[in-house]
This record gives sequence, structure tokens and C-alpha cells, in this order.
Amino acid sequence: MSRMLFLGAAIGALTVATTALAQSHGGHGQHGATPASAQTPDPAPAPAASTCTPEHAEMGHCRMPEVEPTEPAATNPNCTPEHARMGHCTPNSGPIEGEAIGTNLSPGDAPAPRPVAANYADRIWGATAMQPTRDALRREHGGGSYSQVMIDLAEIKIAGGHTGYKFEADAWFGGDINRFALKADGEGEFGAAIDGVELKALYSRAIGPYFNLQAGVRQDLGVGPDRTDAVIGIEGLAPYWFEIDGYLYLSTEGEVRASASAEYDQRITQRLILQPKVEFDLSAQDIPELGIGSGLTSAEFGLRLRYEIAREFAPYVGIVHEAKLGRTAEFARAAGDDPSSTNFVVGVRAWF
Amino acid sequence: MTGLFDRRQLLCGAGIGGGALALSAWMPAWAQTNAPGLIRDLPEVTGEDIRLKIAHQMLTIDGRQGHGIGINGTVPGPLIRLREGQNVRLHVENALDEDSSIHWHGLILPFHMDGVPGVSFPGIKPRTTFMYEFPILQAGTYWYHSHSGLQEQMGHYGPIVIDPEGADPIASDREHVVVLSDYSFMHPHRIFKKLKQMGGYFNRQKLTATDGEPMSASERVEWGRMRMDPTDVADVTGSTYTYLVNGHGPRDNWTALFKPGERVRLRFVNASAMTTFNVRIPGLKITIVQADGLNVRPVAVDEFQIAVAETYDAIVEPADDRAYTLVAESIDRSGMAVATLAPRPGMAAEVPPLRKRPLATMKDMGMGMDQGGGAAAGAAAGAGCTAEHAAMGHCAMPAAGGADHAAMGHGAAQGAGAGMAMDHSMRDFSVAPGVKKTPTVQTISPMPVDRMGDPGQGLEDVGHRVLTYRDLIAVERNPDIRAPERELRIHLTGNMERYMWAFDGEKLSEVRDPIPFLEGERVRITLVNDTMMTHPIHLHGHFFELVTGHGDYAPRKHTVNVQPGGTAAFDFTADAVGDWAFHCHMLYHMHAGMMQVVTVRPREDAA
Repeated sequence: MSRMLFLGAAIGALTVATTALAQSHGGHGQHGATPASAQTPDPAPAPAASTCTPEHAEMGHCRMPEVEPTEPAATNPNCTPEHARMGHCTPNSGPIEGEAIGTNLSPGDAPAPRPVAANYADRIWGATAMQPTRDALRREHGGGSYSQVMIDLAEIKIAGGHTGYKFEADAWFGGDINRFALKADGEGEFGAAIDGVELKALYSRAIGPYFNLQAGVRQDLGVGPDRTDAVIGIEGLAPYWFEIDGYLYLSTEGEVRASASAEYDQRITQRLILQPKVEFDLSAQDIPELGIGSGLTSAEFGLRLRYEIAREFAPYVGIVHEAKLGRTAEFARAAGDDPSSTNFVVGVRAWF
Repeated sequence: MTGLFDRRQLLCGAGIGGGALALSAWMPAWAQTNAPGLIRDLPEVTGEDIRLKIAHQMLTIDGRQGHGIGINGTVPGPLIRLREGQNVRLHVENALDEDSSIHWHGLILPFHMDGVPGVSFPGIKPRTTFMYEFPILQAGTYWYHSHSGLQEQMGHYGPIVIDPEGADPIASDREHVVVLSDYSFMHPHRIFKKLKQMGGYFNRQKLTATDGEPMSASERVEWGRMRMDPTDVADVTGSTYTYLVNGHGPRDNWTALFKPGERVRLRFVNASAMTTFNVRIPGLKITIVQADGLNVRPVAVDEFQIAVAETYDAIVEPADDRAYTLVAESIDRSGMAVATLAPRPGMAAEVPPLRKRPLATMKDMGMGMDQGGGAAAGAAAGAGCTAEHAAMGHCAMPAAGGADHAAMGHGAAQGAGAGMAMDHSMRDFSVAPGVKKTPTVQTISPMPVDRMGDPGQGLEDVGHRVLTYRDLIAVERNPDIRAPERELRIHLTGNMERYMWAFDGEKLSEVRDPIPFLEGERVRITLVNDTMMTHPIHLHGHFFELVTGHGDYAPRKHTVNVQPGGTAAFDFTADAVGDWAFHCHMLYHMHAGMMQVVTVRPREDAA
């Protein structure tokens, strides 16, 4: 059915096309040549137009009068451009609403041609001149590499006469899909050796619009025995704008651990942002030399209020509750440490 | 004096909206006196031999110095004034330290003169001169710009006016060229890097807990669930841009003179890198007489949206002996370009304040109602039954796939957030068979509708007449009125989080094959916008006819703006053999990969 329609339309179009071509410079009045009843006036121009509000017209429910001048004036040979401009007449015939012609016709189903190499310019400038710019064209339109260094946390924590510090930073370098990522987290107390530093070097690959799959190595440094782990994990943006990540670690000693975190930016104003953040650590086994028990080992809940002086630089204040849990808490108590603490923090978030 | 005061208030308001940083940029000490208005038209070059020199230069925008790339020492470059039927040789000297180029936007010419490095020619090396030579086959308002890197953002653009061979059917007593553009004191590569690092970097109008928007908590949560931001209307905004008229900021108050009672022709060119403008002149009707260089039947409107790379010619008839303000508001209403029309220098009229920024609706997310068999159905079968009507259940769409949706009553989807409970997958590849499953595709419009009858985001309810594409009717009958032999659907895809943009999910850097056409082939291209941003799509070397129901008088354009979550269809005749660029004219979208190459080959070559 549609094919027949198309055929008929095509034949009609062809005949019209030839006349149109023949007179392409003559300009106007082609409608007389078409088989359609070109001169039939629009049955309801004036009353329809008076109820046609701009809003309606915008919705396509009706047409404003000046867009759809009445047809009879159309082929008026006395219609000078000046007259036409004043809206007194229309210099040539216009479209007939719904007429099966031109862009009103349905497309056929001819096959698409096979793709060819886009090297036509070689014929004029030569392949030697064209190829480097052709390569550059592709590189420059989607193939770029970029980077970001984000110091998410750099803070001082104040609690019970101690002042400690904590930082979390990461950096990436690469394209849209494949990136090299570095992460560094650490904390300690002023005037003492650093408690712990966790470094990750990861290959990161975009596996969807929001998430990156990451794999690489983790090196722990600081007080106590160091560990080296293989890492695999995922990071990205979850529904409801939660930024989440989760990693699984396998150490050279055969220990399996995991970590996960989630944070959310609640804008109070365009510059004042409240950020709740949770972090969890887990272990599949007891690791007494690290003071880690199996199960959920520690949890941290932070609430930080930052002010973005610039997007890239935002001082903040916050409150952070940290707790060692389960057997890990027992290890801490046995060592004479308090397994949980609540601290005020002051810091800055910065990136470039 | 009131005018001056209001102008200052406007700037103040914009500063607060843009935050304290922007405020300091808007309000330095030097800016405390208002300029009387610059009466400075662009320099003009004309004739058969035209010399243009591309060079780095310093710009003064609203009194502040910034780096730019100018042509013959100005930004915008000189007005190139030609006559239909002449030949032109353009000797372009590149005085930069990097490759450059000039693309003649909208001109019909041999493909190797089109000026796209890597597609039509090898580019213009530093310290060399390239000669473009081609016949001028058309008349109208066009423009030129760099197609190399991000040079366009720095000022490498200018207007072209071609007078018709005979008398101009659009008579006027005087005319002014109005080149709209956006300028940032931040280097374009830095802007792009910021976008890669944080897609919403320049949006200073996000939803907050204190924004006072009449939006329920559940609507906010729903937007969050989808990881979409309804305030994401423009990627690069007035927080970094100063919006320019002929290279002048709002404080420069560029002024176009007229005598009361004259018919004044305004030739608008949107030479922005990233800004869709909504243009109005409070107190004056704007009669659109030309779009993208080709004459259209006069349409009197109060406001029109001009996408990047589009041109519109308009007639205004200011009758009173007073000043009028020409306002070009950026689509997200984070700033505006301002100029004055006045009978004498030194006058200024009231500058209206920025209107409230629009929020994306579900229609902008592609949750309208599809017209089944694509645009074809819209024109032929859908007479009277618009998508909106069908959705409201007022009529039934004749097309197959659409009927169920109509029955489902998706009309509710018109308001922001309303009807979100309809759990349409926002990334269902089955509705977009040609799209590659890549991270570039954040969403796929589940039910895109033809939006060529829409005035543009934020203009649906401004209380006065706004131009839509459906209002445009060609004056000349279309040269080719055949039915398209085939149809091609191209999806405009993107990922705002990673700032990736592409056609059909593949960036130009990833694409293997160009889009092939045979010489003389007539094809309908339906562009499906799977993103929340507008995309002005430009096909080089050809005019195409918009499929808006006007048959053989379809408006012919070189650039079509595809509204968020919607579709736009055009028919075109592949009559220019060669290779041509085809891309989104949002500069950073193109730079991110939203570009393709189109090949047009003689039939005998492509067996």
C-alpha cells in the first residue's frame, strides 16, 4: 500500500519536477501546473484565524493569519515585492496544506549506498597533504586526553586534646574510556609518624554512562606491617546522585578485604553544599598484626558543609564519627584504644 | 537616565545570579559609568579579490582586555559583502602559530573550497596564505568562521552579506548586521577541560534546597533517580560568558541608528560557540523575512530563538523617535547581549531584566509521544492530529506504534516532572536500533516527538508570539520536490556526566565509516535528540528542506536546531559531489565528537 502510494507520488513529483526545473529562474506560479486543485481557497481562513492565539499556534493546533495568507491573491501578477511586504498580497503561490508534494511525501525504502572512504580531497590536494589533517580531525573530535586532580578531603580533626589530620585525594589522566587513576588516602596525628597511607594505582575503564571498572594495585604504608594488594573495583554515579565506589582487595599474604563508600552533595545554595559521606571496611579474616578482625571492621559517617568560593576551592567544616566494629573493636580495646570517636573537622576541598 | 539605571540593575542582577565571582567580573570600578553607546559598524571588504589576515589580538570587551583571534584586526572579522553571480578570490593569511582555516558557512561551493581541515582541504599552515576561489551562486546573509580547533570561540568569525543579482525583493531603507556571539576570558581549552572534569561546571542555576522552585520533593527525587538535572539548559553560561553584539558587551551598548518610520533590515547571525539566543526588541514587531540566507514569507513575531550558526533577517519599523533595546537572552537566562536601536547616538532604552530560567520538562527528556513511522507520518497522515492532541486523548494518531502510547495518556508528561511515575526506560536501545551501546549514550528518548512546531525551551509561555520552524515558508518553490528515496534516522547522543557527545553513540574519533550518499539522491534525514540539550545540526555544502508540512515550499536551511528529547526531519538532495562535514554546531559538542563526514559520490563511482 505504502509502496503504491510512494510510486504514485514519485510519478507526480517527477512531472512537477521537470516543469519546476524548466522554470527554476522564472520563479513562481508553479501550482497551476500541478494536478492538485491549486486554486481552491482555504475554506475557513478568517474565522479560524481569529481564535488562533499565539499559544495555540505554537502548539501547532492552528495557524496564525500572517503565516497562511489566503490563496486567491497568490498568483496575482500585480503583486510587487513592496505590496507583498505590506501583506497586501503574496508574490507567488504557496504550499497547499496537505498536498502530496515535496516534503509532504513519504520516503521510499531504497537501500543506502555502501560506505566509501572519505578521501575525495586527495584528488585535489593529494593524500600526503590530506592524511595528517584527516588523522588530526578524528583525534580532535572526541579523541582528546584530559586529567583531574581532586583533593576531596584535606582536613584537621580536633578531638579530646589530640589534633589529627586526614586526606583523600585522587587523580585521573586519559580519555573518555580508558584512564589511569591514582588514589591516596591517609591519616595521622601531628607530631607522630603517619598512621596509615593507602595508595592505589589503577587502570580505569568506562563500562557504562556512569561507572568505571578499575583494577590495579594497592600499597599500604605507615605504622605496622605494610601490605600490598591486588585491587578490583567499581566507581561511579548511582541513581539519586550518589557517588559510590567499592573495592575488593587480595593481599600478597592471601588476605581478602573490601571497602565501600558513598557520598551525596546536597546544595543548600549554589555555593553552600552539605555532604553526607559513609565509608565501610570489611575483612574476610582476622589479621591480628594489623588489628583487624573478620567481618565489618570499621565504619565512618561524616557530614561536611562546604562553601565553594570557586568550584575548585571550597573550605569546609564538619563532624565525623568513626567506629571500629566487631572483632576489630575488640582488638582496639585490647590495645588500650577507644574503638570509636566523634571529631570536628576543618578542611578544604580542592581540585584542578 | 532611567535607562542607564536599569541597565546597571540588570548587570547587578546577572552578577548575583552568577554568584560572587561573576559579580566581581561584572562590577569592577571602571564599569561604574555607562557608555553612551558605540556607533561602530563592522569594517567591510568587497570585490573579486579579498584579503583576510587571521591573527592573535587583544580584545576590549566592556572595557576589559582579553585574548582573541581576529581577522584584519577586528572581532568579529570584517563584513564580506558580495554580489550574487560574481566570482571571488579570498586570500587568507594565517598569522597564527597554529593551523587555521575559514569555513564559508551556508555558501554553495566546490567541496575543496569549504574550508574544513581533514575533510575538504589540508588547512592553512602557520605563516602561509591560502586562496579560496569560487563563484557566488546565491544571495542572503551568511557567515564565516574557523573550523580548526576551538579558534571560533576566540573570535575567529565574521558575517557575509550577498546582494542578489537583481533588485532585492526585501526592500529596506537601511540595514544593520547584528552578529551575536559569546566570549569568555577563560581560554577555550580550559573551558573544555572544565566540562570534562565536571559537566555542570558552568551551571550556577542548579536546583538547591532553597531555590523556591514550585517543584515537589518527589519530582526532585525523580530527577535525581534519573541522574538528570532539569536546570541543565546550557553547558557554558553567563557565569563565564559575556554575550556580544558585533563584538561589544552590554556595557559597550552598541547602537544601530534609524530614522523614525524607516524600514530597517536587521541581519542576525548567531556566531556563538555555545549560546542559543532568544531575541526580542520590546516595543517592536520583528518580521522575519529570511532564514539561513533564503527568503521566507514574512512572519511577524515578538521574539525568536536563534540557534548557533543560524541566520535570520528581520524587518523592524520603529515609528517613534525613541530608543529601543535589542535583547538577546541566552537560552538558560544566565546573561544577555544588549544593543540599542536609536534615532541618535547616546540614547538608551530600558533593559528588561533577565527572565526566570527555564527548567527541562519530560518532553525535553524525550517522553513526548512518538509519531510512529517517523516524520513522514507527521506530514502526511497526521493532519490535524498533533502529537500533543493525541497524547491528550483528543484524537488518535494514525501511525502504528504511536497508538498505544496515545491510549496510555502520556499527555501528563508535559509538565516538569509530572507523569514521571511512568517508568519508561531512559536507555532502551530497542527504540534506537542504529545506536551503539557506548558510555557516550546516557539516555535514549523513549518517545521523541517532532518539535519543529515548538518555539524553544522557556518560550512556551512568554505571553507573546514566538517564531517556530513551522512558521517558515519558502518564498521560492523548492528546486527538488521529489519524494525522498529513503530515510535515515540519526540519533544525537550524549553523556553530560562525562561530557561526551556523538551521533549514534560513536564519536568521530571512533567512527569507522562516513555517511554515504549518491549524487542526486534525495534522502529524508530524521534527527532524534536523545539528550536534554539543543543541538544545532549543520550539513555542509547543501541546503535541506525542513519537513514541516509545507510541501514544495518547505523552508530551506543549512542548520537545524533539534530541541531536547525531540526530532527534526529534513529532505535533502545530495547534489554536491565530495566530502562534507556534518556536525553539531555547539563548538564543544563538536570538539567532544559530535561530528561525522558525509560523502556524496557519482553513481558510477559507487557501484
